[in-house]
Amino acid sequence: MLAGVRSSKGAQLAVGLAIGVCFGFCLQKGAVTRYDVIIGQLLLRDFTVVKVMLSAVVTGMLAVHLLRALRLVELHPKPGSLGSSALGGLIFGVGFALLGYCPGTVAGAVGSGHLDALFGGVTGIMLGSGFFAAAYPTLDRSVLSKGYFGELTFPQALKLNPWVLVLPAAAVLAALLAMIEHAGL
Amino acid sequence: MHWLMMARWSPYVAGTGIGLLACAAFLFLDRPLGCSMAFARTSGMIEKLLRGPKVLQKAFYRKFPPAVDWEWMLVVGIVVGAFISSALSGQLKATWVPERWAQAFGPSAIVRVGAALLGGIFVGFGARWAGGCTSGHGISGTLQLAVSSWIAVLCFFAGGIATAMLIFRLAHS
Repeated sequence: MLAGVRSSKGAQLAVGLAIGVCFGFCLQKGAVTRYDVIIGQLLLRDFTVVKVMLSAVVTGMLAVHLLRALRLVELHPKPGSLGSSALGGLIFGVGFALLGYCPGTVAGAVGSGHLDALFGGVTGIMLGSGFFAAAYPTLDRSVLSKGYFGELTFPQALKLNPWVLVLPAAAVLAALLAMIEHAGL
Repeated sequence: MHWLMMARWSPYVAGTGIGLLACAAFLFLDRPLGCSMAFARTSGMIEKLLRGPKVLQKAFYRKFPPAVDWEWMLVVGIVVGAFISSALSGQLKATWVPERWAQAFGPSAIVRVGAALLGGIFVGFGARWAGGCTSGHGISGTLQLAVSSWIAVLCFFAGGIATAMLIFRLAHS
């Protein structure tokens, strides 16, 4: 069944849509489709975004590695380099603070009726992507390959069994959430 | 069905749901889930509409064709899911200017949309530069313990926190 879904374009689109509807539902119920909540996180006054993200990462990390141990899924880490991941991350961060949404939450904000997300956010993200496509050949030849390390995970880099890092990482992230909650943030 | 109509869930419940959905993308689609590429593909589709098929010759669009794929449907789904969720809890309401924004920068919709547009340009440009966004790197990548994603997400928040602190300080001075 899995092979069938993975190889059929129509099934992929249907599964993508279904996951998206549930994702949008969770984002809105988590209140992270609101500018006030996201900017509150970046101003360090409201820790909802960190709570949602870290509980997603802990859950997903355990579930994906469990399914991987059962040979049901494979990992697909994105390739990276210092020039790409770090510099691109900082540029994204500047926009994240000005816009107050990211590409997933901006779509959720549009669905919740936030017109600044539709007319400013969605338009801007498409424009920025278009500018990048125009600059891509130049950037690809220069900064994007600086400090290239490829499709690397921490267990591969440290030559460790993934569980040696997965379990402590999940525990540390869960402890971080407990500390945030204990501090009343 | 009371929980479907609640205004808000605990962030841990919402986050656990999102983690399981990220896992479902690995299981059913054999891909990590991400949102930003759909915007780049749409941008290419619009550019193709305006400037013709020569757009497809651009190196970026040869690598990432401007066409509907499952991630594009995922983003459509997010709009629909958030719409259903906000409608069920009676929160669905057309707004132009968020509260915290208005307190700091005033009630003008034009100023807010202008800032959102500028921010969006940085978000779109930066997401492609970094090869992903808060979902592709921030959730799907970090849960794989990918080095690129941990660097990217730390930089998303470093850049975001510094910029937010700066612009809100400027607004209050």
